[in-house]
Amino acid sequence: MPDTPGWARWANDHRKWLFAAPAMAFVAALIIFPLAWTLYLSLTDSSGSVRAESEFIGFRNYLDVLSDTDRFWPAVGRTAAFTGVALFFEVVLGMAIALLLWRPFRGEKWVRVAILLPLVATPVAVGMMWRLIFDPNIGLANQALSWVGIGPQPWLAGQHTALPTTIFIDIWQWTPMVVLILLAGLTSLSDEPQEAAMIDGASAWQRFRHVTLPLLMPTVIVAILLRGIDALKTFDILYATKGRGGGSFHEVETLNVYAYGLSFDYNEYGLSSTVLILFFLIIIASMWALTARRKEGKR
Amino acid sequence: MKPRTGFRVFRAVALVVVVLSLVAPLLWMVAASFKTNVDIYDSSKALVFTPTLDNYGTVLQQANYVQFIVNSLWVAFAATVLSLLLGVPAAYSMSRFNMRKSALVVLMARVIPGVSLLVPWYYVFSNLRMVGGFSVLILSHMFVSLPLIVYIMMGFFDGLPDELEEAALVDGLTNIGAFRRITLPLSIPGIATAGILSFIFSWNNFMFALVLSGADTKTLPVAIFDFVGYASIDWGGLMAATTVVTLPIMIIALFVQKYIVSGLTAGATKG
Repeated sequence: MPDTPGWARWANDHRKWLFAAPAMAFVAALIIFPLAWTLYLSLTDSSGSVRAESEFIGFRNYLDVLSDTDRFWPAVGRTAAFTGVALFFEVVLGMAIALLLWRPFRGEKWVRVAILLPLVATPVAVGMMWRLIFDPNIGLANQALSWVGIGPQPWLAGQHTALPTTIFIDIWQWTPMVVLILLAGLTSLSDEPQEAAMIDGASAWQRFRHVTLPLLMPTVIVAILLRGIDALKTFDILYATKGRGGGSFHEVETLNVYAYGLSFDYNEYGLSSTVLILFFLIIIASMWALTARRKEGKR
Repeated sequence: MKPRTGFRVFRAVALVVVVLSLVAPLLWMVAASFKTNVDIYDSSKALVFTPTLDNYGTVLQQANYVQFIVNSLWVAFAATVLSLLLGVPAAYSMSRFNMRKSALVVLMARVIPGVSLLVPWYYVFSNLRMVGGFSVLILSHMFVSLPLIVYIMMGFFDGLPDELEEAALVDGLTNIGAFRRITLPLSIPGIATAGILSFIFSWNNFMFALVLSGADTKTLPVAIFDFVGYASIDWGGLMAATTVVTLPIMIIALFVQKYIVSGLTAGATKG
């Protein structure tokens, strides 16, 4: 390249980092400093205003939070319940629907469109939509129950029904995501193992259990991983249906909602940072557990 | 393999149930947006009612929604374009030079809960007098779209053969020239996928705008809450607002569903 200017040659030789560095720098700048600061704040009694003087108090926040059976541990429980139950139904239903869609059929295109609609819908709008449907007095849900002779349910308004109802909304919105991922996995499988099993006289269930499912397992884990991370962090649906603090009895207050409230409703920056650091550790630990299983499955 | 008749009947019934349960709530929302609040409260008017455009009148005129629509469009568009500018070359480099550890830095952004970044961001950006302006909203939405774009484009570049670029090098192009003149044009389907999904995720994003937007820079998902009062809810207005937010991207989704599906499932089948 004799006629290229010097800077162009330099750029060409260093393109590996020239291309990658801006994006990495952008994300790192928006992550590293905040995380370090959150870690620092979690060791102080910062509250009221981020600008105000705060004192270094070591691990006292951590002791306070970890011994808080009033808000913190119930929030951990709700986060685990929300994520666990939602994931379970999303994977089971998602697998069933993906299997239904696996082989070609008439009207396939319309079913795919229907599956895409909840996925692209704005989550807060979805929350509001269900809030109307589940309204105890005017909602469609209770009207439908009355047609079949069941009494009205409080749904989102009830202290014990609110969390299951929000889980239902999450399942409605995100099962399609699992369907798409599993369907992509199914279509990439080759037909031969299936056919071999069929010749051997295996029933449909046996073929699913012993041929399809093991082959599909890596994709299932990817779906669980992607959905799990987002389910742990659910915020929009809970905020739209129950507002600040997860409702007056904190009935849908997950870790994310709790930390948001501590930060932006009560300005308890020290405590909220502690909750966030613990929350972050929980997410990393769950991811690590899942990816470890994934590697094991590969062997 | 052709399924048996029994299964095909069962499948047809099951799929009708699935489609209805996914679509019916959305139709209910749209229907309510054309009802007066009196009709929404009247269960005998559930299916048969006189449609009215009053709710949309409220949304578009009184509630200043046109401004919020423009805000949402601008933030999602700017965040998408800037993220593509940063993300596409980065994904290319990470895919070609196998920089998986560097890619992890960018993908970390998908894992960290947004709240843990918001307090420090709010502090820094309010000191810079940026809170309530568009720049901080666009930056925060880029934080959502950039990792998405890098993830999708890395998968796309992984699937693109090296040979075409090598041929271009033999023909006398530089590496960067080959990227610009050969690889980029071939990547247009991937870039479209990444761009569409980035736009949708940015359009739908709620938490960052909730904290970082001001009265004039509010995006649609935040503006929805204008219809929720402490004592009562203007259901008709609220459903019109939610319809205004969701309908545009649903229509986009109908036309470009192939791209959305390939983006959402990017990398899923490689295990």
